[in-house]
Amino acid sequence: MCLGIPGRLVAVADEATLMMVADVSGVRRAVNVACVADGALPGLIGRWALIHVGFAMALIDEDEAERTLEALRSLGEAQEALAMMAEGDRALEGAA
Amino acid sequence: MKYVEEFRDPAAAQAVLAHIKALSDDMGLTAEQPLRIMEICGGHTHAIFRFGLDKLVPPGIEFIHGPGCPVCVLPMARVDECIEIARQPGVILTTFGDAMRVPGAKGSLMQAKAAGADIRMVYSPLDALELARRNPDRQVVFFGLGFETTTPSTALAILQAAREGLGNFTVFCNHILLPPPLRALLQDPLNMIDAFIGPGHVSMVTGTHIYDFIPADYGKPVVVAGFEPLDLLQSVLMVLRQARDGRAEVGNQYARVVPEHGNPVSLKAMAEVYEPRPSFEWRGMGEIDASGLRIRDAFRAFDAEARFAIGYGAPTAREIEEPEGCACGLVMTGRVKPTACPRYGNGCTPETPLGALMVSSEGACAAYWQYGGARALEAAE
Amino acid sequence: MMALRDTHVTLAHGGGGKAMRDLIASVFEPEGQEDQARLMDAALQEPGAKLAFTTDSFVVTPVEFPGGDIGKLAVCGTVNDLAVGGARPLWLSAAFIIEEGCEVALLRRIAKTMREEADRSGVRIVTGDTKVVGRGSADKVFVTTAGVGVIPPGRHLAADTIRPGDVALVNGVLGDHGAAILAARGDLALSTDLQSDCASLGHLMEAVLTAAPNARAARDATRGGLAAALNEMAQAAGVGVEIDEAALPLRPEVKGMCEILGLDPLYLANEGTLVLFVPPEEAEAALAAMRTRPEGRAAAIIGRASDQGPGRVTMRTAFGGRRIVDMLVGEQLPRIC
Repeated sequence: MCLGIPGRLVAVADEATLMMVADVSGVRRAVNVACVADGALPGLIGRWALIHVGFAMALIDEDEAERTLEALRSLGEAQEALAMMAEGDRALEGAA
Repeated sequence: MKYVEEFRDPAAAQAVLAHIKALSDDMGLTAEQPLRIMEICGGHTHAIFRFGLDKLVPPGIEFIHGPGCPVCVLPMARVDECIEIARQPGVILTTFGDAMRVPGAKGSLMQAKAAGADIRMVYSPLDALELARRNPDRQVVFFGLGFETTTPSTALAILQAAREGLGNFTVFCNHILLPPPLRALLQDPLNMIDAFIGPGHVSMVTGTHIYDFIPADYGKPVVVAGFEPLDLLQSVLMVLRQARDGRAEVGNQYARVVPEHGNPVSLKAMAEVYEPRPSFEWRGMGEIDASGLRIRDAFRAFDAEARFAIGYGAPTAREIEEPEGCACGLVMTGRVKPTACPRYGNGCTPETPLGALMVSSEGACAAYWQYGGARALEAAE
Repeated sequence: MMALRDTHVTLAHGGGGKAMRDLIASVFEPEGQEDQARLMDAALQEPGAKLAFTTDSFVVTPVEFPGGDIGKLAVCGTVNDLAVGGARPLWLSAAFIIEEGCEVALLRRIAKTMREEADRSGVRIVTGDTKVVGRGSADKVFVTTAGVGVIPPGRHLAADTIRPGDVALVNGVLGDHGAAILAARGDLALSTDLQSDCASLGHLMEAVLTAAPNARAARDATRGGLAAALNEMAQAAGVGVEIDEAALPLRPEVKGMCEILGLDPLYLANEGTLVLFVPPEEAEAALAAMRTRPEGRAAAIIGRASDQGPGRVTMRTAFGGRRIVDMLVGEQLPRIC
């Protein structure tokens, strides 16, 4: 359930009804930012939000996104280390 | 696309998959003795098939497709009631595209449209609101569907309509809550579920604490996940680690979008506009206590049930039977795979769906059909 | 010739009298369409040459869209139908069902784009017809075109000649037309700079067939998108087809539109994109030939035929998984969940 996609808030459409323009890969749509607005709307320009049925439902936490990617990268490094160890084991077996 | 492409990196996937495989081997998981992980959300089901994840994970990991597709669990009577509203003179019925093909006992919205009802697909409840503004002489009804993710959008639309004093906008409310069916699933002694992947976008609204009862009362791990393939694989790994350590906790893989306590504006709007119904019917699962929402009396003017006198629980509507032999209920509770249903491909196809799991692209059966679940692909090889 | 003064078509313009004469004389005849054509072409005289004949009807909302209009669509669609069958397109007919109230200026624009597109693709629109129907009985204007072309001797393009190992190519980006039309309809309130890919592929096909004389078959990936074209070809040939998601040319905007609306670009309509199967040894030559043409700049090798799973199309996902690419049952609908 619940198709949501990251979009970048690029402009204020209507301050009174809390509408801003979101851009998803060059596709633009007016979205309601009531759920994420905390002060004047221009302050949100440039922020990434999770868009669902025409509403910005959450601001994307860039630090958390980076932390998740970092965790994925460290899995990759651990994997490489494991692969090298396995290679070493095979080399030893071959020598024996 | 930022925050999308990074989470679709095939090289990173290989690393996560290697870790999943190592852990699965350590734990002695096999196709016969798998760890059964229910992805609750239909969006996750769709992503699993779209990216072929079911065939990338080792055989000791089995995905069970959960009840988190709001159009799939919508009972036929509600579709019929919606069509009844759409047929009233002067009504413009607006709906998300998902609901167009869902069969009721008397056909689908698509068929009702062909028969003359003014039914329009919209992307957002805001578009329905705009139609109401532009058509003051028409009654614009929005077919409100969805879990906690979507409910704030209709609540905010109703609050906006109230502020503008729009007299021709109503919502036909079928919003449902996620925790009650999960509890119902877990209370079933025959359930096969070892762990859960939690729906990221529901959790973005509610926060992660709504799943606390799953580890606390049932001892099963939950990991709230994002919707990109790396999100899902990382979540599988997090679930496996809990299972290996004998832990059962609520984990959050999707912290970039899901705050622990949810979104206060959304929660406030939902609470202001909606209240739980005593009970609501789920296709394939029956009536579940306090699992559906209705519009509070204070917003009665925006309630299509009130305006068109089509109340939930009208006795004639309640007696409609589900199609014979349809195993939607068993599929949704993870007890059988779609391909094990006697009607799968046998009178129930996307062309002529019997059960809603075949209609919605999020439904487990349609996903199996379209993307070729394990059996279909093996047959091709 | 009387200049047509009306700004909107009335039922009188379909009545068979002077008003109709004026409409045709003022709007369509200046663009070269006449009542009945007498035709000759040297290509027809070649021993072994075959006549190719095709027809298609066009309805589109909106009638004018970024990158084209219904007239351009009709010419391109018919030319492409002929071209993917290996024919050199020569002549077209065009019939118009016009809704009462349709702007005459719109008809003029459509007739003009048809003429321009016909000139570009080297065909002549040699005959035409108009009918007027009451308001609500059509959506502004519907166009039906028929096309005649000549298949040179010795040329035989047919899907049942595709063999395992053959290579699949497309000439350009996928889904631009479908996505541009969705945005242009306006009811989803999405805006993009996307243009329909609407283009005639006659010259491109000639270039490809010169470079890859043993090309097996081509199909234009219109309604139902690439997925429908590949499935039809796989079934006709009795081969499996495996495509590589990472190789599919897609614009970011099309990806964005698909992510927002939950659509799959494989099913979006194209109006200037074809899929071609060639033997492996001619693949590079076919690709290079496509890329010499503006409508082939984004050409790419996207997959190959195999003896696995006859009649099935599978896709290696960019993520490394595999899935079946089936045909859709009905129209792809936007979804929220």
